[in-house]
Amino acid sequence: MTVVFDPGAEAARATDAILYDTLHGTDRGVVVDSPPGAGKSTLVVRAALELASAGRPLMVIAQTNAQVDDLVLRLAEKAPDLPVGRLHSSDSDPYDKALDGLDQVRKSTKAADLAGLDVVVSTAAKWAHVKGVEPWRHAIVDEAYQMRSDALLAVAGLFERALFVGDPGQLDPFSIVGSEQWAGLSYDPSASAVSTLLAHNPHLPQHRLPVSWRLPASAAPLVSGAFYPYTPFRSGTGHGDRRLNFAVASDGSGTDRVIDEAAESGWGLLELPARHTPRTDPEAVHAVAGVVRRLLDRGGAATSERAQDPVPLTAERIAVGTAHRDQAAAVRAALAGLGVTDVTVDTANRLQGREFDVTVVLHPLSGRPDATAFHLETGRLCVLASRHRHACIVICREGITELLDDHPSTEPVQLGVTVKFPDGWEANHSVLSHLAEHRVAWRP
Amino acid sequence: MSLITTLARLEAVESGRAQPAATVLHRHLAERPLVFVPLTTSGEAGAPLGALVGTDRDAPRLLVVPQPRDRDLRFAFLAELADVVLPYLDAYADVVEAAERSETDPETGKRVKVEVELCADAPQLIVPGRAGIDFVRLLGRSTRFRRTAEQDPEAPHPAPPRVPLFGRWLTHFGERARVPGSALLLALTDVLSRHWATGQSSLEDQHLGALLAWLDPPEGEPGAEAAVRAELQRDARGQLVCPPAGPATDPAFDNQLLAPAIERYDRARTALAAAEDGIEADDRLGELTAAEREIRGLVESVTRPTWDAVWRGIDLLRTLPEGAHAADRWTRDRWSFTGHRDRVVAGEPPQPRRDDAVTAANKLATREREQARLEAQEALDDPLVMAGRRLAGEAFAGEVTEVVMAYGEGKRPSPRPLVTVRTDDRPHLGERARVYRSLGGKPQAAEFVGYDDEGAAVVLRIVDKMGRGKEPEAGSVPEKGDLVCFTLFEHEQRGGAKLPDPEETPWTHGGPPGESDAPPLPDPVTEEDVL
Repeated sequence: MTVVFDPGAEAARATDAILYDTLHGTDRGVVVDSPPGAGKSTLVVRAALELASAGRPLMVIAQTNAQVDDLVLRLAEKAPDLPVGRLHSSDSDPYDKALDGLDQVRKSTKAADLAGLDVVVSTAAKWAHVKGVEPWRHAIVDEAYQMRSDALLAVAGLFERALFVGDPGQLDPFSIVGSEQWAGLSYDPSASAVSTLLAHNPHLPQHRLPVSWRLPASAAPLVSGAFYPYTPFRSGTGHGDRRLNFAVASDGSGTDRVIDEAAESGWGLLELPARHTPRTDPEAVHAVAGVVRRLLDRGGAATSERAQDPVPLTAERIAVGTAHRDQAAAVRAALAGLGVTDVTVDTANRLQGREFDVTVVLHPLSGRPDATAFHLETGRLCVLASRHRHACIVICREGITELLDDHPSTEPVQLGVTVKFPDGWEANHSVLSHLAEHRVAWRP
Repeated sequence: MSLITTLARLEAVESGRAQPAATVLHRHLAERPLVFVPLTTSGEAGAPLGALVGTDRDAPRLLVVPQPRDRDLRFAFLAELADVVLPYLDAYADVVEAAERSETDPETGKRVKVEVELCADAPQLIVPGRAGIDFVRLLGRSTRFRRTAEQDPEAPHPAPPRVPLFGRWLTHFGERARVPGSALLLALTDVLSRHWATGQSSLEDQHLGALLAWLDPPEGEPGAEAAVRAELQRDARGQLVCPPAGPATDPAFDNQLLAPAIERYDRARTALAAAEDGIEADDRLGELTAAEREIRGLVESVTRPTWDAVWRGIDLLRTLPEGAHAADRWTRDRWSFTGHRDRVVAGEPPQPRRDDAVTAANKLATREREQARLEAQEALDDPLVMAGRRLAGEAFAGEVTEVVMAYGEGKRPSPRPLVTVRTDDRPHLGERARVYRSLGGKPQAAEFVGYDDEGAAVVLRIVDKMGRGKEPEAGSVPEKGDLVCFTLFEHEQRGGAKLPDPEETPWTHGGPPGESDAPPLPDPVTEEDVL
């Protein structure tokens, strides 16, 4: 007998177990691993509301101001009467102006002004300055895998117990100076908060969300297999639940063919002739901009479980992802030259946590003579390959497979450091071999 | 590698000479640095073979361990080295000036200013390369926990009295060297390659001889050829003309010259021990002395070229004027030196083997702050470095073409003038990005408003440093025709949040570290310890 996989029920079961441990468990921490688009934010909001309604005030720690504002808005949407505190910095423009329109949200630079509110939300950096207050009984730490161990050290004294939520497959936190000196120590300050937490508290309950609602059925198996080999997840939708159609037919160019391939299969690889180039490879940048222009010109429409009717594919629903900031700047300039302005163009670091219908990715290794640890980092490719609901188009120079074979990972092995699987080299290979099936050659 | 470094390296290849990567000296160079050229025994971690050390380029002190596996000889070497280094350090520890430091008052919990001593100058150690810094750390680690006969009469190999103290100082220098921009302990190859770009890879730049060949090639010879010669040329005996800068030695030297000499020394020593009467002993002592002298000669022959090269490198650095902020960073080094002097005087135990969680996090935070500070200060001090930042889109320079007075929206309107800067640079300016320029040494902030003139001009809104009045203070707003340079990075670093005390390490980081009342012991002697 075949067991029918019911994503909704699976996800609900996981969520219930997490909430039970959070509300009724005896451990000081609960860790939740969440693959891309698995409803992490929804879980955080729900856990916060349940804790608050059980009469347990809590603090929420996120990593960036944008994440904090987003969380506050989501909380306000779900529970318009819940008093929420937004602790913010004293810089100019410290929070999203949209919060000013919400009466139940109190904003302050001082934690004391927000005492007694059910939920107080801020960034880890701001929480670190809070001293001399009664510790909260509960905390939720969002994006805990992107938080550095030393940031957790600075705030852990503020709470008694905490729910740690994050995506282990995304970019690891980094430091701008060397930290080899502490490699292998359980409290290596440059490691992620979760790895330090679990090294000292190995018995803590660990859960994971089993269903990605963002990634389409075409993408979940690839992303799961390449980046989460030991903790697989499924797509919440089936093949055929999502479609991408274009009103204007293909003109037969490489650009249009790769768009059609991606619309059909969820993936497209536009391959430029092999060449060593500067980081801001003008041809590749031009190709990226061309694909975006055509995506808009051809009148795309996205059909999904979210709406009855197809939704037009507008500039807001498209993103371009790059490895470096100068590449993003070059793509932005090229797009402006083609009259496209509203498309999000950013680096992997800044695209973390965002969601789009179609993404266009400039491959981190495209045109490079070497493959450094930065460009091979698993998380970078994972972020770039998991932002889309419908399709992802990758643009790169030919010859990346050979480049990878010429540059096996050479990072020194550090004693006492848990080896992360898969390594970037392996993940790059498995993504490439899948993309090769959707290849379209492009001649400038 | 940044675009400007790549360009400089290409130019170096083309011209056959290293190209400037800086126009000023970005590290403080002491008037009287202590140069240390150590050698280690191959295959024996932490067994020094010898060293040249001193502050006088014409009179280095040669220290040699004729049998590096002999613990007593090793300690004698370390004691001798300590006798050279510690008086040098002490000379700086005693000259102080009054300074202020803010501390937390234990009773009121408030920040108060306290009068403290600050050493007027600090010592500076210079080693040839990065491996030298690692060796300093290794020596520090292997000696700071040693017990002297006075501390522990039972210890099998008591250390000479000043050696553990010497180890603590080496450890301090080694740790300080990890702080970006610090200059207490410098690796010469790093400092040289910061200031000049050669036509070889940065890995090859770590070879002091090859690096100097690019910086200062012999008349008429291209740098690339001189560098290859420095790396490979051997004399009639098969020995490198430019020996490695250490602490590792050349295998050909080890095998052909050093090993036979040490064997002769060992034989002479055994013979001396077996001597039956005074006359025989006198003869054999003569042989032993000769054997020792031979080893000393060998060690000197491979350290002296490096010694001279280090001083040549220092000469090259001294041709550059010191950058404006280098003194500011040197003051931090002086604080660091004074702090460790005070810890030693206060009788604190040696630095622990491993940092605890809070110390590690504090060190990382300090180093990240210093790195950002260093990058900003180097750019502000040096137009060539700033050019690199401008090429990378992190700064822009240009002429002010228009200034329009405007006011803020607050209750008390404050000046918010709009300044248009015409520039050929292409800064990566995001919406409402903050930019900074240096105004009398202090950063003045502005906000990016938009592009003008088809993208060739940047419109900024100046937001601070204009005084409290309705009209901006004279000179605080750029005027039409002024040449200005704005950076996208901040000029000064904010201090981070204070971390908990180590005794309050939270549960997520393993709780407070265990009590360590007893001083840490050296590694126990095991059966495998044959030395």
